[in-house]
Amino acid sequence: MAQVANGRLDAKVPGGPIAEKWDRHRFELKLINPANKRKFDIIVVGTGLAGGSASASLAELGYNVLSFCLQDSPRRAHSIAAQGGINAAKNYPNDGDSIWRLFYDTVKGGDYRSREANVYRLAQVSNNIIDQCVAQGVPFAREYGGTLANRSFGGAQVSRTFYARGQTGQQLLLGAYSAMMRQVNAGKIKLFPRKEMLDLVVVDGIARGIITRDLVNGKFESFVADAVVLCTGGYGNLFYLSTNAKSCNVTAAWRCHKRGALFANPCFTQIHPTCIPASGDYQSKLTLMSESLRNDGRVWVPKNIGETRQPNEIPEDERDYYLERRYPAFGNLVPRDVASRAAKERCDEGHGVGSTGMAVYLDFRDAIHRDGEDVIRGKYGNLFHMYEKITAENPYKVPMHIYPAVHYTMGGVWVDYNLESTIPGLFILGEANFSDHGANRLGASALMQGLADGYFVIPYTIGHHLASRSLPKINTDHAAVAETMTRAQERVGSILAVGGTRTVENIHRELGRIMWDHCGMSRRAPGLSAAAEKIRGLRDEFWNDVRVPGSGESFNQNLEHAGRLADFLEFGELFAADALHREESCGGHFRGEHQTEDNEARRDDERFCHVAAWEFNGVGEAETLHKEPLTFEEVPLATRSYK
Amino acid sequence: MAQTLTLRLRIWRQPGPNERGYFGVYELEDISTRMSFLEMLDVLNEQLIGRGEEPVAFDHDCREGICGTCGMMINGQAHGADLETTTCQLHMRWFQDGDEITIEPWRAAGFPVIKDLVVDRTAFDRIMQAGGYISINTGNAPDANSIPVPRDDAEQAMDAAACIGCGACVAACKNASAMLFTSAKVSQLTLLPQGRPERSSRVRNMVAAMDAERFGSCTNTYECEAACPVGISVENIARLNREYLQAVLTSPE
Repeated sequence: MAQVANGRLDAKVPGGPIAEKWDRHRFELKLINPANKRKFDIIVVGTGLAGGSASASLAELGYNVLSFCLQDSPRRAHSIAAQGGINAAKNYPNDGDSIWRLFYDTVKGGDYRSREANVYRLAQVSNNIIDQCVAQGVPFAREYGGTLANRSFGGAQVSRTFYARGQTGQQLLLGAYSAMMRQVNAGKIKLFPRKEMLDLVVVDGIARGIITRDLVNGKFESFVADAVVLCTGGYGNLFYLSTNAKSCNVTAAWRCHKRGALFANPCFTQIHPTCIPASGDYQSKLTLMSESLRNDGRVWVPKNIGETRQPNEIPEDERDYYLERRYPAFGNLVPRDVASRAAKERCDEGHGVGSTGMAVYLDFRDAIHRDGEDVIRGKYGNLFHMYEKITAENPYKVPMHIYPAVHYTMGGVWVDYNLESTIPGLFILGEANFSDHGANRLGASALMQGLADGYFVIPYTIGHHLASRSLPKINTDHAAVAETMTRAQERVGSILAVGGTRTVENIHRELGRIMWDHCGMSRRAPGLSAAAEKIRGLRDEFWNDVRVPGSGESFNQNLEHAGRLADFLEFGELFAADALHREESCGGHFRGEHQTEDNEARRDDERFCHVAAWEFNGVGEAETLHKEPLTFEEVPLATRSYK
Repeated sequence: MAQTLTLRLRIWRQPGPNERGYFGVYELEDISTRMSFLEMLDVLNEQLIGRGEEPVAFDHDCREGICGTCGMMINGQAHGADLETTTCQLHMRWFQDGDEITIEPWRAAGFPVIKDLVVDRTAFDRIMQAGGYISINTGNAPDANSIPVPRDDAEQAMDAAACIGCGACVAACKNASAMLFTSAKVSQLTLLPQGRPERSSRVRNMVAAMDAERFGSCTNTYECEAACPVGISVENIARLNREYLQAVLTSPE
């Protein structure tokens, strides 16, 4: 591992003042002559915002891109579901925003567990992203004069969020997808939909290819290239119930980890405060209600424990607007982790509402009274419509029920400043990497990061890899390819061979319950140890008793799911170990043992101001911890306060 | 309040693209009216696996109505009877105790069946490849506010851009026409100033690709609009026709 020296991880952050690092680095990176770019093949796995933007941009530069996704079309990746918006430091509203302020807010929002230099670069390129997307025809909201509209989002004190109704992720993804389609037409991208990456091919220590399984006919195939770019999203489905799409998984990232890529901060999970609560044990996923609703909705629970009256019958003085009470400065707009924990705490104390007692009210009564129903409909009409579709309740008349749900994972494969993992030639982009959001991601920053990595970082940094390393031509009959292929085939074969009694769905639900109960919003050492033990037991049960019908040589959705679950059952143990190691509370990671007297998170900068990057030693073996120390030169360490 | 339903399902089963299909009949009990339609199918599949039978294959992903992956004919209607709703957002309270529900895949020459309710919609990607984009390389863009867009144009473009590419319009059309899908993209890019330089070649190439994929002709029946889960308007088809006519009449080729 090139980046590990003396037991410490070196992120290879360039020197000099933070505002000049990226410019300087871009100058220092080696270039590939325009005429030579066509000689290089690049595999991009995943077609969300990171993968779509990377594929299109690399193809435009002249590289030959092989683009893989497990969906039936690149347009379906889960970035499409992002609702609220995308941040940029344009300062169009003239309200005091700047690159520096976006940088500062992101570092602080991440509770000082992100890498300063990466975050600064993210803020720097944020403006280029908006320009690029507008030029592609993304129909952002406009003012009457024809200029772009902005709104404040997720507690930001400036209006820096650009949006396309409640479908910003969809529109940005379709922009990247259309740029991809143009390059497919130009012959620079080859599309491989419905193919799932099952392993990474490493030749002489460098990532040179992937093994895939065709999800239609079950055929295993191998592909070789000069670099592999992984853009495979987050692992929230470890919890079974999450706001992620059903196919979101950790498999590609985990298989790379097993091949030597370090995995960073796996326990950093974002639990989003405003989701529609589960209605029964058949629940297959949770639906997010955009955080923008907290701009006008007021969160409350009844003061009485065991309240039986309907919400509209409860008088004002018997309601506890607990966020406004505890955090008068930010009120309902406190960051996601703070709002989520507060909801759980109120429900655990017996104030929860709804049939399960695991919900709080989000009430628009006052906003409708103040602004009128039409104004509220104009802002949130599609969200209210979606809520009513799912719950059959009209939020214009009765408060919404909301409860936190797993939404985003800040942890991911460890990358250096070039977004390169500890396996040379393997680059990780978007939610699949770890670097920019620290212990908590701010609203409207995920879209920004995915597109920053794909449009404006990887096109520069990949050239340095291609230009500075010896990459002899290989083909798919190379011994390393054959060996990796055999391993991937054997794993699928052994899943089919179990022939037990429990369904994949059933085991996955049990894993989700273990994670939610012990590794969710509030974690303690005994629970985390118990979780690791239970996950090991469940993994044994999977390999002894899972039942996967059908064959491997056909379209078999159960087999796909089983393969992903098998990896979650290994990864979950590392997740628990990481949470146990981090004896502090920061951002979305809350350890019950480490809180202040008024139940706020207590960071330990003395012992834990580092990235925990784990090295695989074998299934069921303890992983080796490597630390990347984090230094904060520009944004001095301080305790977050939203009081 | 939640109730439970007993249902009889008739589901199209087809092991592979070139194999004969048939209707499988299944009885289901204790289905909560709070379940989504796909959760009801999950329950069925768990029971089928328990009995050692092959579960029903169906495409789905986000389960919140935006990715466009799911879609099936439910009692002859694309995405079922609830208007402007994807299959994943359809809930069981739309059904009555004792109902028989017939579930079929999208049926169109352009969407061959892969297995059971799963079809191949890559034809839509190929229509997009023919011109569903603005030719701008990364890094070339001017400042975003240097291209003012009248608010009404932006709103209309957004109306068209909301298409999720599910294919319900094709499945609902007696001619299996892809006009609503294609016209939505043509409209979005024509309504925006950024899309105007390529408007003529775009519409000609996308229509040619649509025809090559064996989608039928539009006869203005408007079933597509009625079936569309995100409310794409047939006005887009009229706009495509105007654009196409203009392109053909004024094109030098």
